[in-house]
Amino acid sequence: MGSVIEVQGLKKSFGSHEVLRGIDLSADQGQVTCIIGSSGSGKSTLLRCINLLETPDEGRILYHGQDILSGEVNMPQYHARVGMVFQQFNLFGNMDVLANCMTGQMKVLRRSREESEQNALKYLKKVGMAAYVSAKPRQLSGGQKQRVAIARTLAMDPEVILFDEPTSALDPEMVGEVLGVMQDLAQDGMTMLVVTHEMGFARAVADRVVFMDGGVICEQGEPAQVLAAPQSERLKAFLASML
Amino acid sequence: MPTTFFGWVGFLLEQYGPLFASGTAMTLLISLTGTVLGFVLGLLVAIVRTVELPRGAGRVRRALLGCAHALMNVYIQVFRGTPMIVQAMVIYYGSMQYLGLDMDHTAAAIFVISINTGAYMAEIIRGGIISVDKGQFEAAHAIGMTHWQTMTTVVLPQAIRNILPSVGNEFIVNIKDSSVLNVIAVSELFFQAKSAAGTYFRYFEVYFIVAVIYLVLTLTVSRILRLVEKKMDGPDSYVIHGSQSDSRAEIKVSAENEKEVVKRWEA
Repeated sequence: MGSVIEVQGLKKSFGSHEVLRGIDLSADQGQVTCIIGSSGSGKSTLLRCINLLETPDEGRILYHGQDILSGEVNMPQYHARVGMVFQQFNLFGNMDVLANCMTGQMKVLRRSREESEQNALKYLKKVGMAAYVSAKPRQLSGGQKQRVAIARTLAMDPEVILFDEPTSALDPEMVGEVLGVMQDLAQDGMTMLVVTHEMGFARAVADRVVFMDGGVICEQGEPAQVLAAPQSERLKAFLASML
Repeated sequence: MPTTFFGWVGFLLEQYGPLFASGTAMTLLISLTGTVLGFVLGLLVAIVRTVELPRGAGRVRRALLGCAHALMNVYIQVFRGTPMIVQAMVIYYGSMQYLGLDMDHTAAAIFVISINTGAYMAEIIRGGIISVDKGQFEAAHAIGMTHWQTMTTVVLPQAIRNILPSVGNEFIVNIKDSSVLNVIAVSELFFQAKSAAGTYFRYFEVYFIVAVIYLVLTLTVSRILRLVEKKMDGPDSYVIHGSQSDSRAEIKVSAENEKEVVKRWEA
C-alpha cells in the first residue's frame, strides 16, 4: 500500500498572503482522506495545487514517487490519472451529458468514439444519470450536474479523485444523492481526497480526517479520533461551530 | 420621359436593373468575404492574445509572445483608429506607387474590409473568450486537455455563440460601409448607382432605390443570423431514455412538462 500522492513542504502565496505554509500529506491507495477546516484555511488551494491549477511556490508533489513539478511527468496523462470534481460542477456548457463524458477520453486518451461512449454510459449508469444522455447541463439540477461531473471524471479511469467541496453549491435536498455516489466510490476502493464541510460524510466514509487551519495541517488521524476527541483548541472551536 | 416619382423609379429599374443587381451582388460578395476573413483573422489574434504561457516557459518564448502582443496591439489600434475610406486609399495607392502592385479592385476591397474587420473582431472575440466561465478552462485542464484542445472544443464554441450577435452586427456594418470603397472604384452598389444617377441626373430616385436595397439586405441578414443563433442553442427539450418497465422507452422533456415528467419517471 504505497502512497499514490505525497505532498512535501508545500507552500503557496497569493501576493503577500501566504495561503499554504508548509503542508505534508500523503494519500495511500484506496484511502479516503477528508480535509476539513474553516474557509480561508487553504483546503481548496491545496487540492488545486495537487492538480496544478495553481503552481506551488515551494515544496514537492510526488505521484508514485515522481515529482510532478520536475517536468518529467506527462501532464495530460497525470491529469487523466488524477481527476477533479469542482464545487461549481463546471460541466462543458456547449455539450450534452454524453459528450461531456466522452470528450476527454477521445481528446486526451485517444480512445475511439465507440469505446468512449460505452465507457461514458457505464459510469453515467453508475451515478444514475444514464437516462439523461441527451440533456444539456443547463437543463439539469445541481445534484444531477454534480453526478454527471463525477461520471465525467470516472470515465477517464482515474486512480485518484480530488473533490473540491462537491456539495457546497447544492440545495440541501440534493446533497444526499451526491454523497451517496461518493460513498459507493469509496467502497469500490477509489483513492479520494475530499475537501468538505459534511462532517457526517467524513465520519462515515473517511479513513483519515485532516484538519487545516491558517495554511497548515493542525491535526490529523482517524475520524473517530479527530472528530470525537479533538486535541487542539482550534479544532474544538471549529467542530463546535459546525453544529 | 417619366414625370412622377414612381414613374422614374420604374424607369430607372428597367434601364439599370442589371447594374443594380450586379452592384448588389458585389456588395454582398465583398462584405461577406471580408467579414468571414476578418473573423478568422480576429480569431487568430484573439487566441494569441489570450495564451497563457506554462510555468517555466523560457525567456525566448516570453519575448516572442511579448513581441506578438505588441504587434497585434498596434494593428488593432491603427485599424480601429482610422476610417476605412482612408485605409482603402492608403493601401490601394500605396501598394501601387511603392510596391508596383496593380491590385484587382475587388481583391483590394476584400483585403481592406478583412483587415479592418479583423481589428474589431479581435476585440469582440477576446471579450467572448473572457466571458466564458473560468471553471470551463479549469475543468478542461483538469481532464488533461491542452490549451489548444481546451480552446477548440470547450471555450471557443461557447465564446462564439455568445458573440454571434456582435459578429452579425459587424456583417451588417460591412454591408453598409463597403459603400465607401467606391473611392477605389470597386463596382459595388453605391459605385454602380453613381453611374446610373449621373446619366439622367435623377439622384433622389436612384439613391432611394439604393437605400431600399441596402435595407432589404441588412434586414434579411439579421433574420438569418437569428435563425443561426437558435440553431446553435439546440432544442429546448431533451429525451429521457428508458424507464423501469421498458428500457427502450423515450420520454421527451420540455420546459413545460419537465417537473411532471421527471417526477413520474423517477417514481
